[in-house]
Parts: sequence; structure tokens; C-alpha cells
Amino acid sequence: MPLDLFTVGDPIADTKAPTDVPIGERWSERQFRGRLVNPANRRKMTIIVVGTGLAGGAAAATLGEAGYKVKSFWYQDSPRRAHSVAAQGGINAAKNYRNDGDSVHRLFYDTVKGGDFRARENNVHRLAEVSVNIIDQAVAQGVPFAREYGGLLDNRSFGGTQVSRTFYARGQTGQQLLYGAYQALERQIAVGSVEQHARTEMLDLIIVDGRARGIVARDLVSGEISTHFADAVVIASGGYSNVFYLSTNAKGSNTTAIWRAHKRGAYFANPCYTQIHPTCIPVKGDYQSKLTLMSESLRNDGRVWVPKERGDDRPANDIPEDERDYYLERLYPAFGNLVPRDIASRQAKNVCDEGRGVGPGGLGVYLDFAEAIDRLGRPAVEAKYGNLFDMYAQITGEDPYVTPMRIFPAVHYTMGGLWVDYDLQSTIPGMFVIGEANFSDHGANRLGASALMQGLADGYFVLPSTISSYLADGPFEKVDESHPAAVEALQGVQQQTQKLLSINGNRTPASFHRELGQLMWDFCGMERTDEGLRKAIDRIREIRQEFWSDLKVGGDWHSFNQTLEHAGRVADFIELGELMCIDALHRNESCGGHFRAESQTPEGEALRDDENFAYVAAWEWTPESQPPVLHKEDLVYEYVHLAQRSYK
Amino acid sequence: MTASMQSSVGNPADSKRGMNLTLRIWRQKDPSVKGKMVTYKVTDISPDMSFLEMLDVLNEQLIMQGDDPVAFDHDCREGICGMCGLMINGQAHGPQQTTTCQLHMRSFKDGDKIDIEPWRSSAFPVIKDLAVDRRAFDRIIQAGGYISVPTGTAPEAHATPVPKADSDAAFDAATCIGCGACVAACPNASSMLFTAAKVTHLGLLPQGQPERNDRVVNMVAQQDREGFGGCTNIGECSAACPKGISMETISRLNHDLLGALRAGARPKS
Repeated sequence: MPLDLFTVGDPIADTKAPTDVPIGERWSERQFRGRLVNPANRRKMTIIVVGTGLAGGAAAATLGEAGYKVKSFWYQDSPRRAHSVAAQGGINAAKNYRNDGDSVHRLFYDTVKGGDFRARENNVHRLAEVSVNIIDQAVAQGVPFAREYGGLLDNRSFGGTQVSRTFYARGQTGQQLLYGAYQALERQIAVGSVEQHARTEMLDLIIVDGRARGIVARDLVSGEISTHFADAVVIASGGYSNVFYLSTNAKGSNTTAIWRAHKRGAYFANPCYTQIHPTCIPVKGDYQSKLTLMSESLRNDGRVWVPKERGDDRPANDIPEDERDYYLERLYPAFGNLVPRDIASRQAKNVCDEGRGVGPGGLGVYLDFAEAIDRLGRPAVEAKYGNLFDMYAQITGEDPYVTPMRIFPAVHYTMGGLWVDYDLQSTIPGMFVIGEANFSDHGANRLGASALMQGLADGYFVLPSTISSYLADGPFEKVDESHPAAVEALQGVQQQTQKLLSINGNRTPASFHRELGQLMWDFCGMERTDEGLRKAIDRIREIRQEFWSDLKVGGDWHSFNQTLEHAGRVADFIELGELMCIDALHRNESCGGHFRAESQTPEGEALRDDENFAYVAAWEWTPESQPPVLHKEDLVYEYVHLAQRSYK
Repeated sequence: MTASMQSSVGNPADSKRGMNLTLRIWRQKDPSVKGKMVTYKVTDISPDMSFLEMLDVLNEQLIMQGDDPVAFDHDCREGICGMCGLMINGQAHGPQQTTTCQLHMRSFKDGDKIDIEPWRSSAFPVIKDLAVDRRAFDRIIQAGGYISVPTGTAPEAHATPVPKADSDAAFDAATCIGCGACVAACPNASSMLFTAAKVTHLGLLPQGQPERNDRVVNMVAQQDREGFGGCTNIGECSAACPKGISMETISRLNHDLLGALRAGARPKS
């Protein structure tokens, strides 16, 4: 690896997990050893929480309930809009209500294995332990999970597991869980423990004496850029899939909060670990602004196939059974259509590369419910998947009860994120990162129904417990807007904002965003190669230069200016894109969602290299023109035996 | 790498390519100035575009011409966040019963004139152009749209079975996305359907019983304070609701409200 792309720094370690006790006792031991803040002192301490999705909304509400003063920030008009709202399928929990052999240990095991042995055992075990409390909490809040006729909660199975541990609310589980957290948050706003900052975007982190003490934020309506202070900062701003321009994320989802914190010193871990979701609605045209996912719960009853012959352009229903290739059932008899997401996505790409794809441009495969409708009857299929079928019909103008759906993979989730220790604290003391914004629990691939679990685990239970250990040293010396660090941060944001407006070139932010996204999809998407990644890095550097010399943003920053918002986010995506490619290039192995063409088994499956790459890659930002510094955190597997993943 | 998604994806099946449309759009720089309808032309609009993608096309043109792009709210673009919402030819979310982001241009035809306005309600003041401030909805939730259960205090989830019929009906009401179409469609600009959906969702569940009376009186009092109009059971709200929230929820709210008042519940001042 040429040294001009990065340098290697000191290794790091997650030292907070008490490894001197067995794994099942580590979380309670950590809580016991951690320090507490007594209720009278909590009132004296302020915590900023950025983002109101499952992690941020749950954390802000819980910290408010605990008696801290909370300042909550979100860029939408209401906290109920956060993109957790769009999660469809469900949430895992080791309740074993089905008596099918599930347990905390099995959920732990499945998640470590599903993450292709690139997640921390300690964090994942804690996640599995806490999972059961989340369901209790959500039910008590009135989350209307699906129930059986006896009045008890229903479960379904999901990709990558052989038990039914997924709780769901029709196809709108994320929405219902988010509203639970949102309502708890609004209740705290009403009692005055949480101060709200709607339509406000974090643009920088303020560090004083080595501690995160505040943020610079822009009120998106008035345009005012101002400073906000606290004893600790919690970032829950979600993932960065929109670096690909087209993804299943909301249009506003962005990397700005975590990227600017990264530029202030927070390490960014495993940026190249992205998840490509296998069941999305295929792209239609170059005007496309986003991709729509359909829950992979559809794979419980839908059968994935393509024609056996290349270029077979007959309508799906005219292709006889023996001329169809149910390739997932053929290749993976044990898991069939329920193989993990990375495998389902890559096999879809493979059959399309063979020229057997269906629909416009040959970029799609069928997801067929004919057999399920025969077996269960249309009403049962409607009850289970009705809203997903409606959504598909609305977007494509086709009726999936009659013609098989066409699906294609799309970027959906980013396992990478800011590095955090077992306490969810970043490398900047006092800055905590929760939910998708951190890297901690999913390794190189996230299993279905685990994002909601992690977001709520972090927000309701883990962070509110671990942050007290940090705050026990507080309250810290008062800081206000006159502090040099605050002045410097505020002026930096104002200057950058003015710069974006003053270039007055010939390309819109969306045009740069599209070009970056295409490049990332082609070279840092489902399959990555040494050659392609190098090409991408060179081109991203050029795009960055062109961006800062040819951008066109109208208006000013003292008003509601959505083009300006977009421009700032694209600037950060460009820099992040380069780091993702460097990370993908340096990781010369395949694992989970990271598939390097140079590292595969003879059957074309991802081939890990545990000897050289069983570590977390945590990247340190360096000033302009200096390559980033790689810090390695070794991954230790005491309880799950490292093995080649097999779903055959 | 041959499976390239984002470029050169034509749709050979498209027979209706290239609609030309005349848009009349409400332009208002900020709440302090008067707005007006301004006419724009867009050309070569694919029927497979979403309505918001059509506005994206217009905005890209406006930015390149040095004009101010049209401000409009949107986020998930998959019909679930509730952020988007436009009056399209006088109908909330346009001619289909769905969110604006899920409306596709195949609902229109070449040569159409389309009027695009923001939600109409004094409780939803215009921020700019088509974007409005809907925080009044959050304040209605703050008044009682929750179950008071601090984190960590919940009993075992199976401790209280819930009849499936109640749970399903609660879910139906809970699917409200808070977009505000009900208010925009109502001749009285009433928020009754929004409030009733939450009252119904929580009131049907055993977990929601202890606060049921206080919840309904306080939420109703708050919607009055916000300046929403009264409900006269016209039903435009439910007809415009992208999630199909039923008028039954309003009956249930009225039933609960009467019961609560008779039981002595009074709104907090």
C-alpha cells in the first residue's frame, strides 16, 4: 500500500468493557463500576443531543426524564420526521416467545456471525441483553405491535436467522417505534426538561480544554448561525448512505454532524462498511431522486428468480416454471431466500451481470408471490404485506398481486461511523455517538431488524447509563460564546458558508452530488477492486476541486435556503467519499458488505483474511494535504469461533 | 462492473415521454411579505417521475438561471415521514389519496396546467413559498398525546394481553404521519382528524387508560388554542388523508371527550 494514501498510527483499544468477568456479566459490571450523578446534580448539567431518530429521540427523552437539562436539535420541522420512521420490517429481541430455541446468546451469536466477525463481542452481547427491555418499553408506550388472536405479541423470522424473534407493526415498525420515542420526547418538552431546536442543523463541534462543550448550528429558517453549549454532546445524526446520492435514506439525511466532528478529532471507523439492501424498487430514470426499499420481510414469502436464459424478455407470467432460476434457493438450500442481505444483493448483481436481469436496462430480478398467494390466499398476503404492495404499485404502476415485483439492490445502511468505546464515547472526551452514526455493533454487515434494536438500545438504555460516568466529573467550567474556541468555530462556519455562496460557478450542488454518487456506486458499491478504488480516489479529488471552484448556490445565508443546505452537505460527502475509498482499498479482504473482487472463494463468496484484517479501522483526520492516519483496534473473539460464514 | 444503476437507464416501455406542463406556483419570500402565484413552464417531464422530482427539475433550471428556487418541504420521499405536502389543483396532496412524494406524473397529461400552493391554514403559517410551519401539531401531542412511562419502568411486554381487534384498530389510527393534509383539506381548517387519530390510538390500548380522560380534554383544548377551526363532520379530512385515517376516530374522540367531561376532567390552563 503506497504511503501517500494514508499512514499508520498507534493502535487503540476499547478499555471500558470489563473483560475480567464473563461476557454475560460485563454490562452489569460496567454499570456497577461506572459512576453515578445524583439527581440534584443532574439539574445542573446540560446535554446537547443532535438528531431525533430512534437513538436521539430516545436518548433526549430518557435524559430529560432522568433530570438533566437537554437541548435537542433536528433539521426537519418535527422530531417525528427522523428517518427511523421509514424502517419497515421489524425489531429483534431475544424474548423467545416462540419457544424456538432463541436466547440472548443466540441473538449475540447470530449478530456476530451476521456481521462477518468484524463487530465487537462485548457490544453485541450487551445489545442482545438489552433487546428484551426495548420491547417492554415500547409496548408500555403504546406501540401497536402485531398480535395474535390470544392477545400476545406476534413474531416473524428475518434474514440471517433460523428463529422467529422479530417484532413488527405491519410494515411500519420504525414509524411506530419512532412515535413512541417522539411522544416521550414531546412529553419532556412539555415539562420543560428538553429545549427544542427545530429546523436547526449542527455545523461544527466546539471543544474546550479537550472536552466537547458545544456545537455551532444554523437555524435553517432564519439562517442565523449560533453557538450552543453543554457539559456533553451526543450525536445521533444517522448514517451516510446519501454519499451514493441514490439510497433509501431521506433526502436530508447527511454526514455533516459526524464528518465535522471527525474533522475536530473524532476517529471515523470502518467507513467502507455499507449495506446494500437486496429488495428495493429498481431505478427508472436519470431524474431519480431516491430509492425506495421494500422490507426484506417480503423474502419470507416471496421467491426470487430470473429467467434461466439470458435476454429472455417475455413477460414474467409467460415464462414457464422450468425456465426460471430460483437462484437463492438453488445456491443456498438451507437459508434459501432468507440469506443475509449482502449475499442476496451480490447474487442479484451476479445474475444481472450474466445478462439475466429483468426490467429496464436488465437491472432487476423478480420477487414472486404467486406461490404464497396460492398457499395462504390473497387476504393473508394482503394482511402481511398490504402496505408494501400498495407502495410498489404506486411507484411502478404495476400490480404485484398479478405480476411479480421487480427488485434491485440499493444502498440502505452504513455500518461504519464514528469510533466509540464501550461507553459509546468517541475519541473526543464528552462527545458520545449513538445509533447508526456510530460504528459499534454490526461489524461488516447488519442483520435485518437490528438497526431499530441498536438505535433504541443506545438511546433508551446504554447511553443514559454510561454518560453519567463521564458527567460525574461535571458540571464543567462555564463556557459561553466569547470563548476563543467558540469564536473560532463560529467564524469558521460563517466563512465556509460565505464561500459556498460566493463561488457562483456553473454547477448546482445536486449535479456534484449525482456525479459523486455514481462514482461511489460504480467503484465503492457492491464490488470493489484495487484498480477501481484508485480511479475513484483520483476522480473524487478532482470533483472536490471542481466543487470549490464551479459551484453555484443562489440567495444568501440569512434566510431559508435549501440549496445552501444541500451544498454544505455535499461538501462533506465528497471528503467522506474519499476516506471510504481509502478504507475500502486498504482492506484487502472481503467481509460482509465489503466485497473485494481480489478476495473471494472459488464459489465467489466473500473471503475474509482474519490474520491480517481482524481489526476495526479507525481513521484520524489530518489537516489539508496530509494523508489520514489509520489506528487499528484488534478484534478479539473469545466466545464466537471465527469461521467462514456459510448459509448453504 | 456492469450493473451500473444511475446512468443510461432509459425506459423503453415509456410511451408517454416528454410532457410539457404549465405550473402556477405560490411564491412568498417570507411570512412578512405578501405572496403571489407565478407561472413556470417545464418540458419533457416523464410520467414515471414523482411530483417532487418534477419540482426538482424546475429548481435546477431556476438555480442555473440565477433565480430563487421554489422552497418546499420533503424528506423521506417514500410516503412515511409526513414532511411533504402541497395543495395541487386545490386538493391536498393532489388527485390521488397519497402523499405528494408518492404522486407520480402519470396522473397528469401533456399540456396540463397545475396550480401548486402551500397548506391553507392560519395555524400553519408559511415559512417560504410552499413550506409551512406545522409545529402546532407537536404542541397538540405535548398536551397529552403520549403514555407516561419513563424509560426503564415498563412491565414485561406479555404481562398485559391486548385483544387483536383493539390492537389492529389502534395501529390503524397510529399510522397518521402528521402531514397536515386533513387541516389543509378541511373548509374549517380543523385539526380534528389528527387529534382524533392519537386519542384513538392510545385510548384503545390498556396501557393508555390511566390518562385517557386527561389526554382528550387537553389535546382538544390545545388544538383550539392553536387556532384550528371546529369540526363539522364534513369528511374532507379523511378523504384527503394519505393514510386513510377514518372518520370513526372523530366519533371516538367525541365519545371520549363527553365521557371525560362528565367524569370531571378539565383541561390544564
